Amino acid sequence: MTAKIKNFPGTALSEKDFEAGKVLFLFDQMKAEYAWDTGVAIGEYLAGLKSGVILGAHCLHCRKTVVPPRIVCEWCYRPMQEFVPLQDTGRVNTFSLCYVTWDVRRIQEPEIPAVIEIDGASPLHGIMHKLGEVDPKKVTIGMTVKALWKPPEDRQGAITDILYFKPWKEGTR
Amino acid sequence: MGMRKVAVVGAGMTKFVRRALETGKELSWEAASMALDSCEMTLDDIEAVCMGTAPDAFDGLHMKAEYLSDGAGAWRKPYMRSYVGGGTGVFAPIQGWYHIASGLFDTCLVVCEEKMSSYYPHPQAAFLTIFDHTTERALLPNLLWIFALEMNRYMQTYGISKADIARMAVQNKRNAADHPCALLGEANITVEDVLNSEVLAWPVQRLDVSPVTDGAVAIVLAAEHVARRVTDKPVWVQGVGWALDTAYWTNRDLAYPRYVEVAARMAYEMAGVKEPRKEIHIAEPYDPFDYKALHHLEGLLLADRGQAPQLVADGVTARDGAMPVCPSGGLLGVGNPIAAAGLMKVAELFWQLRGEAGGRQVPGQPKRGLAQAWGDLMQVGTVVILGTNP
Amino acid sequence: MTWLEREREAPAAWPGELPVRNRYTFGIAGERFFRALKDEGRILGSRCPRCDILYVPARAFCERCLHGLEEWIDVGTRGEVSTFTVLHANPDGSYRETAEVIAFVRVGDGGLVHRLGEIAPEDVTIGMTVEVVLKPPAERKGSILDIDYFRPVRE
Repeated sequence: MTAKIKNFPGTALSEKDFEAGKVLFLFDQMKAEYAWDTGVAIGEYLAGLKSGVILGAHCLHCRKTVVPPRIVCEWCYRPMQEFVPLQDTGRVNTFSLCYVTWDVRRIQEPEIPAVIEIDGASPLHGIMHKLGEVDPKKVTIGMTVKALWKPPEDRQGAITDILYFKPWKEGTR
Repeated sequence: MGMRKVAVVGAGMTKFVRRALETGKELSWEAASMALDSCEMTLDDIEAVCMGTAPDAFDGLHMKAEYLSDGAGAWRKPYMRSYVGGGTGVFAPIQGWYHIASGLFDTCLVVCEEKMSSYYPHPQAAFLTIFDHTTERALLPNLLWIFALEMNRYMQTYGISKADIARMAVQNKRNAADHPCALLGEANITVEDVLNSEVLAWPVQRLDVSPVTDGAVAIVLAAEHVARRVTDKPVWVQGVGWALDTAYWTNRDLAYPRYVEVAARMAYEMAGVKEPRKEIHIAEPYDPFDYKALHHLEGLLLADRGQAPQLVADGVTARDGAMPVCPSGGLLGVGNPIAAAGLMKVAELFWQLRGEAGGRQVPGQPKRGLAQAWGDLMQVGTVVILGTNP
Repeated sequence: MTWLEREREAPAAWPGELPVRNRYTFGIAGERFFRALKDEGRILGSRCPRCDILYVPARAFCERCLHGLEEWIDVGTRGEVSTFTVLHANPDGSYRETAEVIAFVRVGDGGLVHRLGEIAPEDVTIGMTVEVVLKPPAERKGSILDIDYFRPVRE
């Protein structure tokens, strides 16, 4: 049908149309504030982080350990009640060098988000976090990293109790 | 299986623009009325309406589909809304399909609409809400992270270079130059242009990404006895599939979209397609980023894992190649109004299979095409197979 | 002992908000309707000849038959109170010093939800005729608030 139609509807505007007052508009701000219950599993996860521990959950039936923990195994649908401490080291599964913030501002020094497979969890099971104390050009998939924690008195039970993951060689502290 | 045959008998769409003057209601109406006009049907002929439209948060409007219902022609009709992120554009027609296949209705109007531009100052910020509120948002993540992380893993796993991937962006944007509604069609773009574009979140660069877009698309579905009366070239829905992977995206293999394979297998089985690479004549995989089109071609079993870039390099995916991919120009070229983009691909197959795609027409009288969409936190695969045979 | 029992200060709920700010355009019909209100002080409706319906505020298309609406007319300044409510509380739940009357004023086959003024709440009746009171031209912006309120028609 596109061969038969000459004119498609739709009227494009540019930013200048708004600035020049060629089009009427109004601003509106939604006010939505939340207090999300952490729940059984994430409540434990956050409490674990406050203690300086990354928790996972183990399914005895599937012999699988996932992170972050959850109360039901997605594979077999049985309850997962065993929350197990994992290591705070891991392997970079993937990473990016991001020069744009979430609200679209440009930054000079890139943030380095990464998916880190946590030691003690099943393969390919990890969490999203950021890398630090590393030259962006030297980050590689597969490199081993270790969490840098906030001092115990500053931890509140949040993913940010880990400041970032930094390069780490096995056998060092 | 006891399900009735369903055909697409009409289609319409608006231009895809960065900021539309029209409200979401008006965009929906423009596409819906065009779809009806295209098959000379009226709203009285339509028994049910299915609407796909993205998060209420984008428009700051609760119950957005109900708000858009007038533009979708849903006044006093059975009406359903679905939303699965970008997968919606192929999910809504599946919903329309089972309205008719079940025997409950004989006709259904499917409308997908998106007006992202209202979100101020930039729609990307809305995607903060896609991340887990407790375990992820405190890191102030960015929509680009998800794609960049997945793209990097894909490249690393198979040894694919940025140039390999950029070829897909080039092909699609050039194809889009022949699409009258396209936002970013460019007949002369090159791989160098893509590789020289601004780095947003390495490895993602500006020309790897599809634009924020406003637009709407609509199609008319009909049961066999109605379809044959309305048109002499109905395009039949031969197979549908949809699947969802775990929401814990960091617990998945990011190099391969398993959920797309699950959806594809469901559709292939229903369509009786045993050798997809031979039997699918046109593929419209979802391409919000250039690497995603390749990623999805592999999930659709149309290419071996890690081999999709080679198909592009060899010209297999060109419009006159053995398996044209995104002859429409895809999201990279036409635009990405979240819920509507997938339906644009379905409409493209409709026009292609009827020989009505004008400058974009795939030669050789293609008989079967596949449209696939994807969405949420990299979770949803939705697939529709259309063909000239019922 | 669970980790939560060990760490009594860990949160049981995580606070947050949705940062949603919108800049709305008024659309093809809205642009025309609000400019007429702002620049000319007129309220416009649009009529569907097939369905014989007069939409107020004017729309671009008829929702019953999906045809585009070409016939735009000035619907005048009067309407009828179809229903009303008397507000004693503010949106945040606090008590209002003076009650406010909000009415749905039927005009054509549609109408406007707006304030009623120059009338005591106990005197408002369903069915009464009211007329629009506009803000002075200089204060109008192309907004529903360009109408200040509706007041009873004094015959």
